[in-house]
Amino acid sequence: MIVEGKQKIWADYQKDIPDDHYFYVRSCIRQSFWPASEVTFLDIVRNKLGKDFYENAYHTTCGGIAYHSDSIPQETAMTIIARQFALMHESGYENYVCSCITSFGLYTETLETWHEFPELEAKIRQYLWDSCKKEFAKPKYLAHASDMIYKFRFDIAKQMKFPLVNVKTGKPLKVVEHIGCHYSKMFPSKGFGGAEYPHVLVGMVEAWGGEVIDYPERRQCCGFGFRQYFVQANRGYSESNTHKKFESMEPYEPDLIITNCPGCPYFLDRWQYVIAEQTGKTYGKNGYGIPALTYEEVAGLVMGYDPWDLGLQVHQVAIEPLLEKMGIHYDPKKKYQGVNGKDLGMPQCPMHIKSV
Amino acid sequence: MKENILIIGGGAAGMEAATQLQKMGLTPIIVEKSEALGGHIAQWDRLFPAFHPAKDVVDKMLDQVKDVKTHLNTEVIDIQKDNNGFHAVLSNNEKIDAKAVVLATGFDIFKAERKQEYGYGIYNNVMTSVELEQFFRTGKDERINNPKKIGFVHCVGARDVKVCNTYCSKVCCTTALKQACEIKEVFPDAEVYTFYMDLRMFGPGYEDLYLKTQKDFDVKCVRGRVCEVSEDMDGKLVIKAEDTLFGKPLKMTLDVLVLMCAMEKNKSIDAIQQKLGVANNSDGFMQNSDMYLGMNSTAQDGVFVAGACTAPKSLPDTIGEARSVATQVYNYINR
Repeated sequence: MIVEGKQKIWADYQKDIPDDHYFYVRSCIRQSFWPASEVTFLDIVRNKLGKDFYENAYHTTCGGIAYHSDSIPQETAMTIIARQFALMHESGYENYVCSCITSFGLYTETLETWHEFPELEAKIRQYLWDSCKKEFAKPKYLAHASDMIYKFRFDIAKQMKFPLVNVKTGKPLKVVEHIGCHYSKMFPSKGFGGAEYPHVLVGMVEAWGGEVIDYPERRQCCGFGFRQYFVQANRGYSESNTHKKFESMEPYEPDLIITNCPGCPYFLDRWQYVIAEQTGKTYGKNGYGIPALTYEEVAGLVMGYDPWDLGLQVHQVAIEPLLEKMGIHYDPKKKYQGVNGKDLGMPQCPMHIKSV
Repeated sequence: MKENILIIGGGAAGMEAATQLQKMGLTPIIVEKSEALGGHIAQWDRLFPAFHPAKDVVDKMLDQVKDVKTHLNTEVIDIQKDNNGFHAVLSNNEKIDAKAVVLATGFDIFKAERKQEYGYGIYNNVMTSVELEQFFRTGKDERINNPKKIGFVHCVGARDVKVCNTYCSKVCCTTALKQACEIKEVFPDAEVYTFYMDLRMFGPGYEDLYLKTQKDFDVKCVRGRVCEVSEDMDGKLVIKAEDTLFGKPLKMTLDVLVLMCAMEKNKSIDAIQQKLGVANNSDGFMQNSDMYLGMNSTAQDGVFVAGACTAPKSLPDTIGEARSVATQVYNYINR
């Protein structure tokens, strides 16, 4: 591996991101899968970094799941997006940041398509007016939320309490970075580091003391792939994708996986359980799995958030071995407590993959 | 009739044009930006399809131009035209007056790192066809350490919309097969694979080379493009491709991967080309006045082109064009 080669590519694919004042839109599936990640993101940027990130309760899904599943035509997705942009405009913002990778890809695709085909943009303006009586302005800047954490990664490092270092050995944790396909594979110039060697997560990991693993199936899809999973008959294909990745990363003995997509951490997490149930094989040490976390969860951990406030108990793979490696104290009794200490009940333990 | 003819570029086209112009009684003057004449061919070990030593050809060409006035390590930095002809200023501060100009500026090699998915400059054992040729010449390259499995990727930077080069680079197919045979000569036990889109064996003896590659050297030719390259824990390369004849994806571990880099227009001449008023084609190469009958002339009176500055060309094509440009210039001077 020639690190200088990657550094050159990273230098070629940089973006000049506005420092402040963003209109933030959530992800429809992240709110279900990882509800604390978006809350943590907003807490970090607003309260820890003092930035202005506004959200509007009337925003909706971007339509990306339906669009990529061929359930709605592109014009419908574009009209939904136009409505989101109208909400941003009405709220007095010009910079748009979204939580979901697929949304980011779809917003980028939409803006690029309108740039190439202005007549289509005019048609969408009419659709939006006919359906909602709204007018939109295109954002001056479009970012993904992971771009923001990347931009502020050194500011976060200044507030870091638990670096990505094994407290027992003093060595950096070995981290697999997994980028959502829609981040930069369609438009390489829109992502930090481009399409082949994205830097957005690598930059975070390195700024926070970890060591990134480059393994042969790094670029492989997590297995979600929309129709690979949504079409029930294809789910074996989804699982085999994930299986291929774990077989490839296993020899490197990663401590955790960091992701920036709604679906990737879900499938990298849940399929480990299924693979273990089917084959008895686990990929972490001592019968545990490898934790697959969102970048907000990793940022929250290094900044000293309570692991259960970050929602790490909703992961299938047990997080405790990672917490112990990082020297993070946690209260096992609070793992399955909800708001105001409400007992949520402990889930049934799987047969093969170890839980605490 | 000792008219000066300015030849920009001292590769195969420039040297051969100078040789012929001198024989015709004109005074060619070669301006070459590098430290020696010979161009890309001087860096080559053997030539397809007959494995002829490149040095033999280059030495003969050099001998033919030994009396031609040559400026090495020199570029044309300005050029003007008036009723008396062309007036060039060189980077060594010399000035040349010439009745005609021959652009023989050749090509650049496509920068393999632009195809990021192939990992050139990222993964240690990915190399270019030019670097492999240097290994054949010198026997030295630390990446080549008794390899057991070697792959060649055709069309790197050619026939590729993603890098805006839709043209065929013409010589890479035959070069890949030549190099595949040569690497088998050095490492007879190695398995060698070439990944191609189409094998364009267009010249005399080329199709025979293709058969020889498979029958005598047991090189496996796979029709399909490599889509990504990565590195495993042992530093070996893991490639993914599609075998389009079998209709199946393919994954393979290799010790060395060789990228057959395309020719691109030599952009270092752009400023002078602009001053001379010679346009480019949509593929970026220089535009001649007619692809059938005016392949050596341009839209500008007294400005001629020869060799790979107008399109990718093999050495025989280039020599042929250099000889024809000499005739064109001779006729122009004597019009």
